[in-house]
Amino acid sequence: MDLLLLLQQTLNGLQLGVMLFLMAAGLTLIFGIMDLINLAHGSFYMLGAYVTAWLVGLVDAFLPALALALLATAAVGYLVEVTTLRRLYGRDHLYQVLATFGLILFFNEGIKLLFGPQPIFLQPPDWLSGQIPLFGAPYPIIRLAIIAVGLASALLLWWLIGRTRLGMLIRAGADDREMVQALGVDIARLFGAIFALGAALAALAGAMAGPILAVRIGMGEDILILAFVVIVIGGIGSVRGAFVGALLVGLVDTYGRALLPDLLAVFLERTVADAAGASIASMAIYILMALVLAFRPRGLLPARA
Amino acid sequence: MPRFSEMGWRWHLLLAFALLLAFALPWLGDDYLTKLATRILVFALAAAALDLVLGLGGLVSFGHAAFLGLGAYVVGVMFVHDFEGTTILGLAPTQNVFLQFLLAAVLAGGFALVTGAVCLRTRGVAFIMITLAFAQMLFYFFVSLRRYNGEDGIALWNRSSGGGWLDLEDLAVFYYFALAFLVLFLAFAFRLYHSRFGRVIRGSKDNDRRMQALGFPTYRYRLTAYVLSAAVTGVAGVLLANATYFVGPAYLSWHVSGQLIVMVVLGGIGTLFGPVLGAALFILMEEFLPDLLDLVATGSGEYWQLLLGPLLVVVALFARRGLLGVLVGGGR
Repeated sequence: MDLLLLLQQTLNGLQLGVMLFLMAAGLTLIFGIMDLINLAHGSFYMLGAYVTAWLVGLVDAFLPALALALLATAAVGYLVEVTTLRRLYGRDHLYQVLATFGLILFFNEGIKLLFGPQPIFLQPPDWLSGQIPLFGAPYPIIRLAIIAVGLASALLLWWLIGRTRLGMLIRAGADDREMVQALGVDIARLFGAIFALGAALAALAGAMAGPILAVRIGMGEDILILAFVVIVIGGIGSVRGAFVGALLVGLVDTYGRALLPDLLAVFLERTVADAAGASIASMAIYILMALVLAFRPRGLLPARA
Repeated sequence: MPRFSEMGWRWHLLLAFALLLAFALPWLGDDYLTKLATRILVFALAAAALDLVLGLGGLVSFGHAAFLGLGAYVVGVMFVHDFEGTTILGLAPTQNVFLQFLLAAVLAGGFALVTGAVCLRTRGVAFIMITLAFAQMLFYFFVSLRRYNGEDGIALWNRSSGGGWLDLEDLAVFYYFALAFLVLFLAFAFRLYHSRFGRVIRGSKDNDRRMQALGFPTYRYRLTAYVLSAAVTGVAGVLLANATYFVGPAYLSWHVSGQLIVMVVLGGIGTLFGPVLGAALFILMEEFLPDLLDLVATGSGEYWQLLLGPLLVVVALFARRGLLGVLVGGGR
């Protein structure tokens, strides 16, 4: 196994990790503060990708299209919160699952009606296409851009939550919702804002993933479940935990897929090693989750110690 | 849910009507109808089994598709090896449906025991996400199994054998076979509901800390309920594979877990009989709603889930007792 492969896989793992972080950050805030499970978070990811692809085809300018798509998805997120989810706070989680499952069906079918069942292509701008030499081998620029955007978003979130008034309210809300309300904060508006923020982050992840994965119906569901794993590993409600968990899951998944077959081939037959490696690699992150839970049931960095 | 002796006339009427309908259906001689009803029975069994943890235990398992899929794959794997004349881990494959039931129950129950031991250490939102994650793990495992056609799954050419005295290929026989299992399970679960075990589980749902203070090891009780529910869902998986002549990872998809939850809530959670109604309602909607919509506006039937989605939202927001609650009234 050579060093170049290892370095490239590390970058790929980081790229998956930051995308997962963008998904998980919004989700974990919603879990932590509102104690709400939102299965439809993956729909925001899908919406972000579809709206960006549609706008790029319309105006042929990537960044304005992306910005508009984020705004649109944030608006949809806010609408969903106001019309539906607001009525489900404090209810049994079962009904939250049922309602958000219904929302997924609605969004998937709506996208199918508007854009057709076939995957569509999201054309990245010229300055993001192509490859640049890295460690002596070409590497896609778009993947580097995703890593940069992801890390920048993480920094921005850290600033927003740790250094601003809104962030202060978010932290206070996570600690003690009733007390924040009693102190005169309009908790409904706060929840709406958090929801819109989470939706925009998911849309950003979807729009960035669009050019490297296919823009298709249900694209948000696979990554949503990975984001759940991230949140469970990191600790529910903890944005820091989501960051650590996301990078961990991204790296373990990528290394597993790339290296396990070769690693097993050292002591198994090649065909057996390939088959077993693929199977184990596809389960690696869930095994990681089970291990973390066995030793730290509240996750690596729980929100409230 | 009331005890049998405390049930009102509406309960008796509903049960009598349901039993009569269930027994008479194959006599109509309509193959399409019998097949459809068989599918309802299979999903009713899975949904009623899910209700054991969902309704009785208040544990929102979002991973029951995994147990259904494990049961189905028992049939599929046996079929492949029997067809090829090869062994599995040195053992001869069997197409005997009763042995497959046993194997499915052991495998699904075993998987539930291992994963449940981890899941049940958490509560609420975390429990939902972890059950979902473990089911997804098994989904990807079967997708990656090229030996058994991976994503494409296995098409079966025949049903499991009925041990020499049951011809499961016969539509009516297979229908009554599935019906017998459903009725047996409902009777058992009904007894369980009112037993000491059932009361401990229900108590733990309402106030776990109090039950523990009373000296009940509630973790063990809940784990037992989880394993039991999974084993029965595995049995339903064996029936599902036989009903559809197909086994594939799609059975383990998280959409199926969601659909099972929908059936339970639509019918009436925590009532055991409700999920049966819910399964019937869901599968009838799935079957006929597209055609109905096409009658209203041609081509719109394809998008029937555009209607189903908001319907589920409305049910979640307003209907708490489900269809059974509407039919027999009362409830808690």
